[in-house]
Amino acid sequence: MGGMNDAYDSALARETAEAAARRSYGKLVAFLAARSGDVAAAEDALADAFAEALVHWPNEGSPVNPEAWLLTVARRKLVDGVRRRRGEAGADALETMATSLSAAAEADEIPDRRLALLFACAHPAIDAGIRAPLMLQAVLGLDAARIASAFLMSPTAMGQRLVRAKTKIRQAGIPFHIPERAELDGRLEAVLDAIYAAFSEGWMDAAGTDVARRDLAEEAIYLCQLVTELLPGEPEARGLLALMLYAEARRAARRGRDGEYIPLAEQDISLWDEKRIEQAEIALRQAGAMGRIERYQLEAAIQSAHVERRRTGHANWQAVVELYDALVALTGSPVAALNRALAVAEVAGAEKALACLAEVSADVRVTEYQPYWAARAELLSRTGAIEEALHAYEVAIGMERDPSVQQFLEAKRATLRSE
Amino acid sequence: MQYLFMLYSDDSQWDKMSPEQQQQGAAAYFAYSKALQEAGVFIGSNRLRPAATATKVHATNGKTQVLDGPFADTKEQLGGYYLIEAPDLDAALAWAGRCPGAHHGTVEVRAVWDMSQATAAVAAD
Repeated sequence: MGGMNDAYDSALARETAEAAARRSYGKLVAFLAARSGDVAAAEDALADAFAEALVHWPNEGSPVNPEAWLLTVARRKLVDGVRRRRGEAGADALETMATSLSAAAEADEIPDRRLALLFACAHPAIDAGIRAPLMLQAVLGLDAARIASAFLMSPTAMGQRLVRAKTKIRQAGIPFHIPERAELDGRLEAVLDAIYAAFSEGWMDAAGTDVARRDLAEEAIYLCQLVTELLPGEPEARGLLALMLYAEARRAARRGRDGEYIPLAEQDISLWDEKRIEQAEIALRQAGAMGRIERYQLEAAIQSAHVERRRTGHANWQAVVELYDALVALTGSPVAALNRALAVAEVAGAEKALACLAEVSADVRVTEYQPYWAARAELLSRTGAIEEALHAYEVAIGMERDPSVQQFLEAKRATLRSE
Repeated sequence: MQYLFMLYSDDSQWDKMSPEQQQQGAAAYFAYSKALQEAGVFIGSNRLRPAATATKVHATNGKTQVLDGPFADTKEQLGGYYLIEAPDLDAALAWAGRCPGAHHGTVEVRAVWDMSQATAAVAAD
């Protein structure tokens, strides 16, 4: 019987530890890192604390306040660790850190420094390509192997880049603070861009067969929610949250039963996630009420105009065109200009849209971009320029990497050829 | 934390400037140094003689090799430095952005190891 109870207790302790890990991981790492300036040491200390929890909690019972217990142990590990590497941090600094850490451990509520940690991860001195992985690891505790698989990188390479970034934070003295008003916009943009990069990695796996990548979209939404909670007055954070929620709401409709690609206009709206769309609409309304419209809010608003099809049976194309006008004016993005041309086709016809497309193609980046050729093919076929359309489909197929999109384009081309 | 600003620029440009322009350039550095001192963050600074006057020394197996010229044959050369005290990288970068060297060249910002503590630790061992 004792054995069974032991097993039960240890399972319970493991569950408590895991629940505490999910709830408190980022908060504890952020707190320890902000005090020590050392993300890696904070992560190591916390990992040790979790390991100790799994030894002690089954025997002694789970503590009343697991977070405080973990912080006390992690703080001891962190101070020990810094003491061992004393060459780097002075005795005075160590003393200050130890004192401030114990003061916090005795307080009821551990201050939430996750936002400061996010700003450190997305600091301009950190290579832009590693910011998203760094956030996922430091704030959410995702392991390097899982992040590597989501970003299609070898675990070794990803591990090395993460270590390098953390070393830079520590050695260059990258601060853990929320930037002053004057630079907040630019710095927040970097945080949001990194979150969106994580989401996009997850989004690219449209079929959702790759668990690591599908979860990444969820994690990105969680991070963005965190930013909106900690910086409630920032409309772009809500704009990005809305944008990701709209996209995530359509996940189930993006591929057919056999994994075939289904374009937005042909998606079965009964497969859209109503709850997510509602959440997105609320976030977008809240952002709009703050009166500072920027890129992510515009992109979310375009999504909102598309999902009007739920109620009216068709997307609000006039609104889509106008929103793309604003987006192009704001960002000068050739991709936005390309999507604008497609919306123009719905409002003013394929001929007008082709004229817009011709303007866009002055940018060489666009002509190396599959959607440009797919758009051109679609518009040309509508005007009856079959030969040119067939050629454009061929180029589009040649540029696409996703086999299900390739098949979709192949089918379009075959239909056109048989006409 | 101490930060070293290494000022890289194309020093051939200096020779091409008129005396008035050179005077203006020097005045900008002078004002910058004053600002750092007023803020209490200045530790030290020097302007280096042209990179063309550099000499390299390398010692292997007890043999000292002396070579003429700067380390790398690039357009921008190390032309001077500032050593400042700043609480963190952001504060250091804010100062670096005001440096005249950032306008006519590039400023590399590097944190400095605190060697006093390292020495103390070694002494204690």
